Amino acid sequence: MDIGLTHYLVLSTILFSIGLYGVLKRKNLLLLFFSTEIMLNAVNIGLVAVGNHYGDLTGQMFAFFIIAVAASEVAVGLGLLVLWYRKHQTIDLDSLQDMKG
Amino acid sequence: MEAIAFYLFSALTIAMFTIVVVSDNALYAMSALAGGMIFIAGFFFLLDAEFLGVVQIIVYTGAVMALYAFGMMFFDTTRAVKENVENKYVLNTLAGLATVFAVVAVTAPFAGEHVGYVLEAVAPIIDGVGNSQMVGYVLFTKYLVPFELAAIMLLVAMIAGIVLVSKTMDKNITMLEAEVQEEAEKDYKKDKIWI
Repeated sequence: MDIGLTHYLVLSTILFSIGLYGVLKRKNLLLLFFSTEIMLNAVNIGLVAVGNHYGDLTGQMFAFFIIAVAASEVAVGLGLLVLWYRKHQTIDLDSLQDMKG
Repeated sequence: MEAIAFYLFSALTIAMFTIVVVSDNALYAMSALAGGMIFIAGFFFLLDAEFLGVVQIIVYTGAVMALYAFGMMFFDTTRAVKENVENKYVLNTLAGLATVFAVVAVTAPFAGEHVGYVLEAVAPIIDGVGNSQMVGYVLFTKYLVPFELAAIMLLVAMIAGIVLVSKTMDKNITMLEAEVQEEAEKDYKKDKIWI
């Protein structure tokens, strides 16, 4: 059986759904970050598969820039998370609800 | 052969990412995520994107997951994560339904539209030229400006990370040293009185 573009796109959709489910379900901010990483990776697979299908390198280029964005997102996000943990001793999402400053 | 590799990697990746989403233990979730990232690199190798596969392993598993591991030192995550949930089943069902709805609603209008549509390649892959070489050509000609912007973005993110996490970054270091010395002298005097 031949593996075509559709296979990769279906896989990408499944992985994206898993990530989106995690984002909706999780209450711990660190685990929420993990779920966003899953979503970014799922999109990367889709981009590279489409690029491969058309014999084009643009998909891979976009995947590179997504990886760069994900790396900087983690650096800033973890910094903010550490600050929040120092202040509130918790990284639960519910602790973000009150706006007492 | 390709089919075997594809299905093996799909099963492993889906299993790993499912563990990430449902596990109670943050350490397990992180390890599973690192494993899933490596299996995704397998797909890139299958799709003739060798350079991207290597970058995936080095940057994601090497840098991003290491950064998460460092971050987890601050959070005391070895014990089970307690998530304050009122009704587990309602949450799971709603999250699952919302996910399916969102994905179907977004992808369905496009699903059949572009089948068989022939696009002209913007940066065509040339036979006989290696993937890394091709990536280098395209990245440093067509995508040079976004590449430099990405470099600036990473620099900004690095500085932001350092400034956010270190406690005394907003103070002058020489002033700080003087303060520390003063404090030490005060302590010393206090001890002397007691002695």
